[in-house]
Amino acid sequence: MDDVSLTIAEGEFFAMLGPSGSGKTTCLRLISGFEKPTSGVVRIFGEDMGAVPPNQRQVNTVFQDYALFPHMNVRDNVSYGPMVRGVDRRTRLAEAERLLALVHLDGFGDRKPAQLSGGQRQRVALARALINRPRVLLLDEPLGALDLKLREAMQDELKKLQRELGITFVFVTHDQGEALSMADRVAVFSQGRIAQVGPAAEIYARPANRFVADFVGSSNILPPLMAAAFGAPGAWASLRPEALRIVPAEGARIRGRVTGARYLGAGTRLAVAVSGHSGKEEAEIAVLVPAAQMVPSEGAMVGIDWDTGAVHPMEPA
Amino acid sequence: MSDLHASLPARGLWDRLTALFWRRPGLLVGVLIAAPLLWLGVVYVGSLIALLVQSFYSIDEFSGVVQREFTLKTYAELLRPANADIILRTVTMAAAVTVASAILAFPIAYYAARFAKGRWKAAFYLGIMLPLWSSYLVKVYAWKMILSKEGIISWAANGIGAGAVLDALLALPGIGGNSLSTSYIGTFLVFVYVWLPYMILPMQASLERVPQSMLEASADLGAGGLRTLWSVILPLALPGVIAGSIFTFSLTLGDYIIPQIIGNSANFIGMAVYQLQGTAGNIPLAAAFAVVPIVIMLVYLGIARKLGAFDAL
Repeated sequence: MDDVSLTIAEGEFFAMLGPSGSGKTTCLRLISGFEKPTSGVVRIFGEDMGAVPPNQRQVNTVFQDYALFPHMNVRDNVSYGPMVRGVDRRTRLAEAERLLALVHLDGFGDRKPAQLSGGQRQRVALARALINRPRVLLLDEPLGALDLKLREAMQDELKKLQRELGITFVFVTHDQGEALSMADRVAVFSQGRIAQVGPAAEIYARPANRFVADFVGSSNILPPLMAAAFGAPGAWASLRPEALRIVPAEGARIRGRVTGARYLGAGTRLAVAVSGHSGKEEAEIAVLVPAAQMVPSEGAMVGIDWDTGAVHPMEPA
Repeated sequence: MSDLHASLPARGLWDRLTALFWRRPGLLVGVLIAAPLLWLGVVYVGSLIALLVQSFYSIDEFSGVVQREFTLKTYAELLRPANADIILRTVTMAAAVTVASAILAFPIAYYAARFAKGRWKAAFYLGIMLPLWSSYLVKVYAWKMILSKEGIISWAANGIGAGAVLDALLALPGIGGNSLSTSYIGTFLVFVYVWLPYMILPMQASLERVPQSMLEASADLGAGGLRTLWSVILPLALPGVIAGSIFTFSLTLGDYIIPQIIGNSANFIGMAVYQLQGTAGNIPLAAAFAVVPIVIMLVYLGIARKLGAFDAL
């Protein structure tokens, strides 16, 4: 990681998004204390963490593989934190029950982790991390191992939980949909650096550079000449497929030939080969056709229309 | 269209065999394990049963002839003070050797499993295995010299002015003696030396299977190193410790050479079996003695299981 400077506000739901090897997990481990910075400082609530080992930070982690202790039942797993602090058995087991209820796992206390499904294990890991009342909760790819349906349910639940508890959540993910739907703010990582930080909507609508535009969503990335054809001369630009409309070819601002279609359920994603002003500079533009509309057949000549404001200029790199 | 087939034509016996095994998977397993099963069933278990049967026979005290009638008389003989002493002595030694091996092996195994990489890992395996490549007898006799009165240990102890410490150790009642090589302490030291690798290797294997994230989770929840060791690492490594202790415990229970060469010539179970089946010609009592370690091991495994030693498997 190189030259990463990041400030996360208290009570924020913050996402660190990036492909594998981009440094997002390292960044998380710097906060938890499992990695030490070779240079620079990590401050938590203004306090320098340089000399503070992981077990003395008011930070808890939900690990990617959950890291539940296989030899303990769910109740003992959850009450591990208070046990370490020396809380008496009755108090800590009662506290564990309260947290299990919070994650909707009442009555699962006697089970061993091996007897739980992936989603249930995840909830146990969450309860175990929350029992210490951390001021910051770190989540490392928390939903990575769950299937789609469960993942969406857990997204809502995590969001709700964060609002109820009011503590800072920092989570790492490579899934842009997850980052955008849950987080207040997102940091996009690329090759050990931060490519862009900002509110989720801003990251999506106004990517700062080509990497972010490419990684977040599935934007059309327009090289300068093509951007000029779309009315934003002089720079690279991004353009969302859903901001484009198919119109009759006659009199359209830009025309192209449909070269492919992928049915997505909620709509159809068309690939349209267009040529810029000069007639050369051929590019493939993705257009999202909503489900209710007619989908032109492959090979058809179509026109493309867009709102000028949707073309967003950005940094080349 | 009629010459189109979904399967290739059979190319001979192997193809037909392959097809047969595919249709009846049980057959292949049967063919593969027939010979080992025969060995295990007849030669191995068979001889154990023969041993067990012998132990229920008795010997005629006048003629010295084995009487092939079932009786518990021979087992009753085990309880005679002289024989019970042998059993108690052997079990105590085996337990002490096991505990000492476990304590010594843990840091070594932990280092090898968690920190050693590449070249250091190779050095670790070599260091553990190398002693196993040389003859057991050579090692035991070498230790006899090391531990003897004129040996390097007493020489070094005198050299650094610790001769009094060694003398005090040897003056301990019960386990002391004339020199290290003629005391229980010496027997114990050599047992630990000889069986230590059998404790380190399974321990290291089980420690290696403890995921790093488990240790991090423990630290993340506020635990210091000692707490993590006690509550997470040890329980998860317990199957390896038990496996290792089975080796050290049973190998010590059955050994008849080390106590013969090093120590005060007091009898151990192995020596008793050796003498009874040889010079004394009392096969039933030798067999009864040989059953003792088997029973002890079964009890030990039962207790380990009750305590949940195999829960993490």
